[in-house]
Amino acid sequence: MITATATTAGQSVLAAADDTGTFVPRLPFGDWVESAVDWVTTTFDAVFDVVKAILEGAFDGLEWALQTPPFIVVALVLALLAALAAGWKLGVGSLVGFAVIAGMDQWDNAMASLTLVIIASAIALLIAIPVGIWTARNDHASRLVRPVLDFMQTMPAFVYLLPAVVIFLTGAVPGIVATVIFALAPGVRFTELGIRQVDAEIVEAGHAFGSTRGRILRQIQLPLAMPTIMAGVNQVIMLSLSMVVIAGMVGAPGLGQPVVESLSRIDVALGFEGGFSVVILAIFLDRVTSALAKRSPVAKALATASA
Amino acid sequence: MPAVPTSTPTPGSTPTPGPADRSRPAVSVENVYKVFGRRPVKAVQRLTEGASRDDVKNLGTAAVIDASFEVAQGEIFVVMGLSGSGKSTLIRMLNGLWKPTAGHVRIGDDDLSTVDAKRLRALRRTRVSMVFQHFALLPHRTVLDNAAYPLEIQGMPREQRIAKATEALEMVGLGGWADSLPSQLSGGMRQRVGLARALAADTDVLLMDEAFSALDPLIRREMQEQLLELQRTLHKTIIFITHDLNEAMHLGDRIAVMRDGRIVQIGTSEEILSEPANDYVAQFVADVDRTRVLTAQSVMVPPADGTTYSATSDDSQYVEQDTPLAELFAPAAESAAPLEVHDDAGDLVGVIPRDALLEAMVPGTEPETTTEAPGSDARGAMGAPPTDEPALPGPATTKGATA
Repeated sequence: MITATATTAGQSVLAAADDTGTFVPRLPFGDWVESAVDWVTTTFDAVFDVVKAILEGAFDGLEWALQTPPFIVVALVLALLAALAAGWKLGVGSLVGFAVIAGMDQWDNAMASLTLVIIASAIALLIAIPVGIWTARNDHASRLVRPVLDFMQTMPAFVYLLPAVVIFLTGAVPGIVATVIFALAPGVRFTELGIRQVDAEIVEAGHAFGSTRGRILRQIQLPLAMPTIMAGVNQVIMLSLSMVVIAGMVGAPGLGQPVVESLSRIDVALGFEGGFSVVILAIFLDRVTSALAKRSPVAKALATASA
Repeated sequence: MPAVPTSTPTPGSTPTPGPADRSRPAVSVENVYKVFGRRPVKAVQRLTEGASRDDVKNLGTAAVIDASFEVAQGEIFVVMGLSGSGKSTLIRMLNGLWKPTAGHVRIGDDDLSTVDAKRLRALRRTRVSMVFQHFALLPHRTVLDNAAYPLEIQGMPREQRIAKATEALEMVGLGGWADSLPSQLSGGMRQRVGLARALAADTDVLLMDEAFSALDPLIRREMQEQLLELQRTLHKTIIFITHDLNEAMHLGDRIAVMRDGRIVQIGTSEEILSEPANDYVAQFVADVDRTRVLTAQSVMVPPADGTTYSATSDDSQYVEQDTPLAELFAPAAESAAPLEVHDDAGDLVGVIPRDALLEAMVPGTEPETTTEAPGSDARGAMGAPPTDEPALPGPATTKGATA
């Protein structure tokens, strides 16, 4: 019965161009969003110009720093970071991985992607962590933010690119903006979860000895939530990287370029070279950030217990 | 519905507002209610009109109903009840972690229901500290830094607070563990850190929320002894929450028994054992080892003919009035004559015939209680507060009424 109605309605909508006798009137949802985006674009034009200038500057600067030195220098520095975070094995592994990327002639693209990931993740975390703290401490805020996060996480990632392109045209900036929106949600969720999971008795102890709320946040809640928050950071970075390829469709520089290009030419060789470089970069970022999570004081203290 | 029976009326239940009154209680709780839920104020109103906890269920959960008591300086006051009886909520109102829905909680001169947030924090820093059931230590800080935490909050310079925290750790026997992490310690040791932290704060009031409940029985006993040992020198005002009656009787100068949010009886352990206020308390105390709680004083009867002996009078079997029953059986078995009970001064205050001793072993029957010798210490042997509260009626006074 319901299905039948739905089908009828669906068909009617399909045929709705000039047929008005339907169960559900054609909702001009798309038109609404479009006008909203248009309105935002014209109204905040000046703001967006500033945002664009800043993001472009940041992107160009960091990309320059990663692409200008010879491959071996950057690769060694990154491998050293990996070794410091997670031990020499990951350092060596990273170096081999980077050599493979360079061997496939994707090094410059990989560095552009890394730049995009770093900038987008940093911005996403700058927004996500404070929002997560806010929602953890305020149930109303939590209820308010949750559906917004659901929306952001489930909306197909491509769709973010459209308003980003309308507002920022093509290039790295719409890529960064779309990536930030796409990657934001787990940052907020993990931060909120981490803080809410902190043993209530320890927070009570903070209050009981006369600590202020801010101090309890800094000295108790954030340190104890840190392993969970770091898992969120890891998720944000991983999502950013997955968005980077999609951002290639709007001309964002990086590993998305060869992938998108290969798709239009059905170039299997190029596609897999780009794709495999993404995988190597992803493993590098994942291992480094999850190793950092294990180095938080609380995680270390708990590890001592089981040792 | 009859009024809540308390064998001892709350000492000085009319608060004495005189300034600089030395006998002023360290903590006073006056008609305190705490209702969680949608319409707490309405629920309190109904409760004051005589509604029961179940009657107001749709308005909210009444965790604490009309609690009143005072705790004297230096007293160990135990609140005992099963889970859900409201004892944890009650203790959390004593340092303002929860705000009472109605009623007043006073720490010294400060009424917690009227102080602002800043003053409340100051009170927590300087007047009331707390020991938690699951220790509530910061896992990423060393034992020493945990113990120093309250001092850090108080704003004490680092060197000074390290010195003080070290001292507190030594007090609880953890001197060598300063640089360990809490996760490297056993449960009992962790709770010692919790205790050291509270002691380092150097507050006169100490709240202990099921502090030893998470420890295994042997360690628990050890911790109880340590607490009593420390209390002998520190004279803190301790409010101790527990669900374990034996622990309550062992530690408490006085005990408040809670049930379903109400305090059903307040008294010394002997009073609660020998004169349970209702069937609930009676059932509760049925399993207690009476021989360790009751003392000679509570089972003795007046000497036959008013003769007064002197302790110096040679031979015969006599016991001190605060001797636990457990230690009376041997001497009672040895002599056919009633045991003499002497007070601290060595004067005869009563005798214990064998049948009185046996009778006292049966829960539910009133032991034939004494009328105490005038002027002698009326308090139970478990010790009433060592301080100078004037109007505290001792157990014997109330017991005498039934004799």
